[in-house]
Amino acid sequence: MEIFKVIAETNNWRVIAPEIFLGLLAIFILMVGCFFPKRGEKLIPCIVILGQVVVLGLVTFTFQSLMGDYFGGLIQIGKLSQVMRIFFLLSSMFVTYLAYVYFLKQKLPRSEFYALVLIVTGALMLLVESSHFLMLFVALETVTVGLLVLVAYCRTSAFSLEAGLKYLILGALSSSLLLFGMVLLYGVGGNPSLPEFTSDAMNFTALGHFISANPSNLLVKLGIVLVVSGLAFKIGAFPFQIWIPDVYQGAPTPATALLAVSSKAAGVVVLMNLFNGPFESMRGFFMPLLSGVAIITILFGNIVAVSQTNVKRLMGLSGISHAGYLLLGVVASFYIAWAGAAVIFYLFTYLLGSFGVFCVMVHMAGVNDEDQHINDYEDLAKINPFLGTTLLVGLGSLAGIPPLVGFIGKLFLFIAAFQAQLYLLLGVAILGVVISIYYYFGWLRDAFFFIWADQKDRETSEYYLTRKTPSLRFSDRVVLGILVFFTLLLGIYQGVIGGFIF
Amino acid sequence: MTHLNSFFLQLSVVFPFVIGLMMFVAGGVKSCYVKWLAFLGFAVPFVIAVWLFWQYQGAEKMDYAYAFYSDVNTGLQALGISLKLGLNGISLPLYLLAGVVGLVGGVYAINSIAERLYFYLGLLLIMYAGLMGTFASVDVFFFYFFHELALIPTFIMIGIWGGKGRRGTAMELTIYLTLGAMLSLAGLIALYVTSDINSFDIITIKNYLVQFPLTYFIQKNIFGLLLFGFGILVSLFPFHSWAPKGYAVAPTSVAMLHAGVLKKFGLYGLIQIAAPLLPLGLGNWAYFLAILALCNIVVIGFVTMAQRDFKLMVAYSSVMHMGYGFLGIVSASVLGLGGAVLLMFAHGLSVALLFLLGTMVYHRTGSYDMKVLGGLSQKAPVLCGFFVAGIFASIGLPGFANFWAEIAIFLSLWEFAPWMLYPAIAGVVISAVYGLRAVANIFFGQPSGQFKDTFENGGIQDISMKERIPLIILLVALVGVGFWPRSITQPLNETLIGNKLEEVLMAKGKSNELYLDIN
Repeated sequence: MEIFKVIAETNNWRVIAPEIFLGLLAIFILMVGCFFPKRGEKLIPCIVILGQVVVLGLVTFTFQSLMGDYFGGLIQIGKLSQVMRIFFLLSSMFVTYLAYVYFLKQKLPRSEFYALVLIVTGALMLLVESSHFLMLFVALETVTVGLLVLVAYCRTSAFSLEAGLKYLILGALSSSLLLFGMVLLYGVGGNPSLPEFTSDAMNFTALGHFISANPSNLLVKLGIVLVVSGLAFKIGAFPFQIWIPDVYQGAPTPATALLAVSSKAAGVVVLMNLFNGPFESMRGFFMPLLSGVAIITILFGNIVAVSQTNVKRLMGLSGISHAGYLLLGVVASFYIAWAGAAVIFYLFTYLLGSFGVFCVMVHMAGVNDEDQHINDYEDLAKINPFLGTTLLVGLGSLAGIPPLVGFIGKLFLFIAAFQAQLYLLLGVAILGVVISIYYYFGWLRDAFFFIWADQKDRETSEYYLTRKTPSLRFSDRVVLGILVFFTLLLGIYQGVIGGFIF
Repeated sequence: MTHLNSFFLQLSVVFPFVIGLMMFVAGGVKSCYVKWLAFLGFAVPFVIAVWLFWQYQGAEKMDYAYAFYSDVNTGLQALGISLKLGLNGISLPLYLLAGVVGLVGGVYAINSIAERLYFYLGLLLIMYAGLMGTFASVDVFFFYFFHELALIPTFIMIGIWGGKGRRGTAMELTIYLTLGAMLSLAGLIALYVTSDINSFDIITIKNYLVQFPLTYFIQKNIFGLLLFGFGILVSLFPFHSWAPKGYAVAPTSVAMLHAGVLKKFGLYGLIQIAAPLLPLGLGNWAYFLAILALCNIVVIGFVTMAQRDFKLMVAYSSVMHMGYGFLGIVSASVLGLGGAVLLMFAHGLSVALLFLLGTMVYHRTGSYDMKVLGGLSQKAPVLCGFFVAGIFASIGLPGFANFWAEIAIFLSLWEFAPWMLYPAIAGVVISAVYGLRAVANIFFGQPSGQFKDTFENGGIQDISMKERIPLIILLVALVGVGFWPRSITQPLNETLIGNKLEEVLMAKGKSNELYLDIN
C-alpha cells in the first residue's frame, strides 16, 4: 500500500496517461464488440481512430512539460520518447485503417484485432520510455505476445498459423537471449569484488556507471552481445532476420505493417537508448560488430529481395535492408551528435513510404491475403491511377528518389556516415540503394509500363475479364492522399523539421 | 523590370512544375484548354530564358559572376542547404539551351498523338522544370536534386511511351543512371564534408577553398568519384552502353530533352563544380580522362558509321560528340572549358534537331532503316534542306555554333598533348562520313524494299508550316551563335577567367607535368 501512496502523492500516473488511455480504449472496444456485435463493425474503427487522435493531442499538448525520471527510475521521458509516442500513434492509426479495409474482405472477428493493436502500441511506447531492464522486458514481452496473436490472427489460413508458430518460437528464442543477457549483466553488476558494483544493476544509470568502470570484463561484453542480439531480432538485422519473409507473408497485412514499421522502429530506438545510456562506454568495442551487422543486413536484404515476386515477402526483405540503413545511422550516432535525429527522421520517412505501399497492397489483395503477387499489379496505373500514383510515391520514397521524403532521409544518413568516416558502410549502403532500384522499379514496371501490343488479346482473355478492379471510397482517397501529400511535401520543403534535427 | 529578374528565374523553375502537376488532374477538361495551358508551361520558361540571356550583361553580379541571385530557405539551412538560384557565364548558355529545347520538345509533344497525352505532358513539364532548375542552381544539393527530378520522369516516359523493348530498356537505364547519380551524390557529399564549412553553396565553398585548398589526396579521390559518377551520366566511353539503346527506344521529345539537355548535367558539373574546386584532382585524372574521351570519339565513331538505323545513328553520334566535351575539360584552360560549354550548347541544339528530323522522316516513310530509304528529296525538298543543315551543324561546319566549339577544344588540346589532335580531328572526318552518308541514303538514290511501294503510291508530303517552326527555332539558335559566338563566349570568358583555374595549376606545375611527377 505504501507504494501506491507514494505514487499518488507524486502524481506519476499522468506521465503514462497516453498508455493508460490506450489500454482503457482497448477494453472499451472489447466491450463495444461484446454488446453491439452488429453495429460495432463500422463503429469500432471510428472509435479507435478518434481515441488515438485524442491521445495524439494529449501527447502533443504535454510534449515539453513531462521531461524527467519517474517511478523510481523505471521510466524516463525525453524528447526522443515523446517523438516516438507520436510515431507509434501515427503508425497504429494507419494500421487501424489497414485493418478496416482488410476486414471488409475477411470473415473474422474484428474488435479483438483493434484492441490488440492498441495494447501493442501502448506497450511500444513504454518500451522506448523504459530506463530499467525490468520495465524494458515487461514492455517487450507485451509487444511480442500481442504481435504473436496478431500474426496468427487469420486462423483460417495455414500461412498465418505457420507465421504465428515461427514468430512464437523465434520470438521466444530472442526473448530468452535478451533475458539471459540482462541477467548476466545484473549478476556481474552486483559482484561486490568489482569496482562500482551496484545492487540495482537493472537500472540504466547504475549499470552505465558499472560498465564504464569495467569495460573489459568478459561477462559484461557477453551480456551486451546477448541483449543486442535480442534487439536485432526485433529490428530484423542479420543474423536474426531469417524469420521475416515467412512471417511477413503469412501475417494479415495490417499486422505485417505493424511489424514492419512500429516493431522495427522500437527496436532501433531501444538500441539507441542503450548505446546512449548504459552501454555508452562500450561504443568503441561494438562499433566494428554493429558495422559488420549493418553491412551484411543491407546486402542480404537487397540481394535476396531481387528475386522475390510475392510483394509481402518483398516488403519484408526490403525492410531488412532498411534496418541496415538504420543501423548505419545508429553507428554514425556514436560519433556525430545529430545522427540520432537523422535516424528518427529516417523512421518517419520509412513510415510514410511503407504505409503508402501497404495501403495499396491491402486494396489490391484478394481473399487470400498471403497470396499477393507482383503480377497482380499489372496495368494498375491504367485500372486505378490513384492507387498507381500512391504506389509510385510510396515505392519511390522507399527507394530514396528525389523529390520524395525518402531521399532526404537517406541524404541525412549518408552525410552523417561521411562525417563519421564510415566509408565502407557508406559504399555498401550506396550499392544497396542501386540494387534496391531493381526490385522497386520492377514492381513499378508492372504497374506502370503497360503492354500496349497485345491489347486485343488481353481484353478478351478470361483473366482480365474476371479480374477484380479495386474501387476507392472518398475516405480511402483522403488517407492515401494524406500519405502522398506529406511524402511529396517533406521531400521538397522540410520547414521547421530541419531545424529540429540539427 | 530588372529587379524582377531573380523572381523570373525562380518562376521559370516553379511554373512548369506547377503546370505539370495540374496536368495530372486535368482529366475531364476540354482538350484545347489543356493543350494551351501546357503550351504556356513550355513557353513561359523559354521566354524567361531568352529575357535573362539578354539581361545578363547588364545585370549586377555576385562573386564568380553569378547574376539574378536569390535564396529561399526550405528548412535545411542548418545543413547548409537552401534553394539558391542564379546564373553565371557557364550556366547561362545551358539554361538557355534547356529553355529552347524544352519549348521545341514540348510543342512537338503537344501536337503528337500519344495515348494518355495529359499524363505525358505532365511528366514532360516536370522534367522541364528539373532541367531549368539544374542549370539555375547555385546550391550543389539542389543541382543534384533537380537533375533527379528530371531523370525520374524520363524513366517513366520511356517505359510507358517508348518504342520496341521499352520495358527492359527503361529498367536498364534506371539502374545504370541511378548508379551514376549515386556515385556523383557520394562525391558531392564528400566535397561537402571535407570542405568543412557546412555549406552546399558553390560560392561559399569556392571562396573557402581558394584560401584553404583541399589536400592533393582528397582532391584526387573526390574527383575520381565525380568523374565516374558524372561519366556514367554523360556516357563516357566504357559506360555508354545505356545511351544508344535508351535513345533509340525513347519517345522523340524525351530523347531530345535527355540527349540534348539533361545529359549535359555531368559535363556541366565537372566544369562548374569539380574543375574549379578540385583542380589538382583534375590534373591527376586528366590524362586518363583524355584517353577515354578519345575512345568515345574514335571507337564510338566507327560504331556510328556501322549503323543502318538512323535513330540509332543519331544516338551513337551523341555519345561520340560527348568525347569532345571531355577533351575540352582535360586541359583545364579557359579556352578548353569554354569550348566544352559551347559544345554542350551547340550539340544540345543539333542533336535535338536531328532527333526531330529523324522522326519527321519516320512519319513519312514508316522506317528508320537507311538501307531501305532513298530519294526522299523528290517528295520533300524542304525537309531535305533542313536535314542537310542539321547534318552540317552536327559535323561542325563553319557557320554553325558547333564549329567554334570544336575549334576551341582542338586549340586547347594542342596545349595539353599535341598527338591527341590526330584522333580528335579524325573524329570530324568520321562524323562527316556517317552524316553525309545518311543524307545520301535517305534523300537521294533510289528507294528499295517495302518502302518502294509507299514511295510510289504517293502520300508523302513535305513538312507543314507547323512542323517547320520548331526546326527554325533550333536552326536560328545554331546559326545565330555560329555567326555571333561572342554572345555566349563573352560572359563565359569572364566567368572562367574569374575562376583562376590556370593560376592554381601553374602554381603546382602544368597539368600534365603534374600528372607525370606524381607517377
